[in-house]
Amino acid sequence: MENNDKLIIGGHEFTSRFILGSGKYSLSLIKAAVEHAGAELITLAVRRANTKEHENILDHIPQGVTLLPNTSGARNAEEAVRIARLARELGCGDFVKIEIMRDTKYLLPDNAETVKATEILANEGFVVMPYMYPDLNTARDLVNAGAASVMPLASPIGSNKGLATRDFIQILIDEIDLPIIVDAGIGRPSQACEAMEMGAAAVMSNTALATAGDLPMMADAFRKAVEAGRQAYLSGLGRVLVRGASPSDTLTGFLRD
Amino acid sequence: MDNNYIFDSEGLSEEALKRKHKLENDPSCRTDHMKHMEGQDRIKSDIFDKVMEQFNSYDPAAYTAKDVSRALQQSTIGVEEFKALLSPAAEPFLEQMAERARIETRKHFGNTVYLFTPLYIANYCENYCVYCGFNCYNKIRRMKLNTEQIEHEMKVIADSGMEEILILTGESKAMSDVKYIGEACKLARKYFRMVGVEIYPVNVEDYKYLHECGVDYVTVFQETYDNVRYEQLHLAGHKRVFPYRFEAQERALMGGMRGIAGSALLGLSDFRKDALATALHMYYLQRKYPHAEISLSCPRLRPIVNNDKIDPLDVGERQLCQVLCAYRLFLPFAGITVSSRESKSFRDGIVKIAATKISAGVSTGIGDHESKYTGKENPDEGDEQFEIADSRSFETMYKDMSDEGLQPVLNDYLYV
Repeated sequence: MENNDKLIIGGHEFTSRFILGSGKYSLSLIKAAVEHAGAELITLAVRRANTKEHENILDHIPQGVTLLPNTSGARNAEEAVRIARLARELGCGDFVKIEIMRDTKYLLPDNAETVKATEILANEGFVVMPYMYPDLNTARDLVNAGAASVMPLASPIGSNKGLATRDFIQILIDEIDLPIIVDAGIGRPSQACEAMEMGAAAVMSNTALATAGDLPMMADAFRKAVEAGRQAYLSGLGRVLVRGASPSDTLTGFLRD
Repeated sequence: MDNNYIFDSEGLSEEALKRKHKLENDPSCRTDHMKHMEGQDRIKSDIFDKVMEQFNSYDPAAYTAKDVSRALQQSTIGVEEFKALLSPAAEPFLEQMAERARIETRKHFGNTVYLFTPLYIANYCENYCVYCGFNCYNKIRRMKLNTEQIEHEMKVIADSGMEEILILTGESKAMSDVKYIGEACKLARKYFRMVGVEIYPVNVEDYKYLHECGVDYVTVFQETYDNVRYEQLHLAGHKRVFPYRFEAQERALMGGMRGIAGSALLGLSDFRKDALATALHMYYLQRKYPHAEISLSCPRLRPIVNNDKIDPLDVGERQLCQVLCAYRLFLPFAGITVSSRESKSFRDGIVKIAATKISAGVSTGIGDHESKYTGKENPDEGDEQFEIADSRSFETMYKDMSDEGLQPVLNDYLYV
């Protein structure tokens, strides 16, 4: 099954459906985290990579893994665009995860500015993966702006609180024809599994791993959970549960033709 | 009249000595510290009143173990819970507070610890603050680095590996004006990824200018939020104006700065009340300017000249730790900086619980980085503002932090 079930983002194929964050743990653990998570995409903050030679995060990311630089620190579309361009100059490739926050307390994304930045960067040939608050109208705007995926938050970033926005993410999964990648707030493998059962295309996590006692082991657990959730989704089980049970006597049995 | 605060007044003229004694002994000759001086911006803000109201009404002794216990059971620590956690009643709960603080710090910052170094470029000062070694009546070697010297210092620091710098001056607009500081900051942008300033409070236009010079972070210490005590400690100079200093961070944000930091100098007044006001000051600013990155420092008085005359209200390491844990629980997302005034053992411990940023390779003198870093003698150095307790170099600090299981971060910032 796995071989045929590819995650396609902006024309690029991935086998793994777990995207790994890199920001909150020792650089020396990145390699082990990638391997145990089976991750093929890893995010990194451009501002963090903007360092001199002493110890650059870029040097710790194994070959063959696709970099997903993020624009954290951007407060509006203009800043996000500048950071994305810098990522390209730094050799991070064409993928970019747009993060625009006007609030330093909850780090909630600014949907309107995100749409603006998506349009500009998509036109410049970036594979744009916008982080957003799960709102259907914004998601549609992002599709029109040229996004390659949509990344709704599950709960406040770093909170490990799980799928607080479950119903709204489900709406995006049902209505948007792009990969919906659940990002932020996924605190445990079971939550990642649930997101995948709902039909999410992938899950991203950072804090849940960074705060684990044994990071590589937790990475392994997430990989398994994401795979299990995906299988459950493909098998159809998850959707039955989400939509509720069917009555045993049909309501339309009285119809005669 | 007695010479109240300075033991060494040899260098002062008769007239200066007389004025100094008058300032110390006759409050009526001092200016109104609650009134702005000419040329100082007055901004419309409700933050001052909010913080002062909380400061004045807070009675740390009124809280009980039950209040603290209840506070620790809440998922979100609000203002009332924070007050309980700062109270003496919370001292027996320190370990519990530390455990929870550690979790919050990890959630928001992971295992990262940011490193920076301060650079003092001038130590001229026009203020008379009785507890400070830089004060205008103190006979110290005064110095102001010229462009060439500043660049030399920056090169020495940058070569050590440091990428974030905090530029400091004494508080003298005449000797180190905003243009001079701005030029230093432009130079700093050449050698460092991130530039902050800790200088005398300035007007919005000046902050705007400094921002254009490459500065994005402004630190101002209120020293104490107890305005009666403030009046007794800051006898002359621009710093005497309590509300103008209080509003500095807000003016910095209005001038386009990304981040602000502040603190009281714990020990000048009741440190629990000052800690409350410090955190609330930043808290209300972030509520009003949600994009602002806020950061707290936690300087406490260390042995200095006139220690006995000032009567510092002692803040031990346990109390400081309590304050920092309470800060972390109330403001989980805020940066917390612990300076080299604190010992190695304290800093190594507190970065695992609540602090997110520490200095390394520190000198509080002027123009002495090369001699401090390499041992090369330089007769042309200005005196230090205070003694430091943790003199670890950048390299040692980087290694020590890594050995502690933390990830040192030299830069996590872009000037955009």
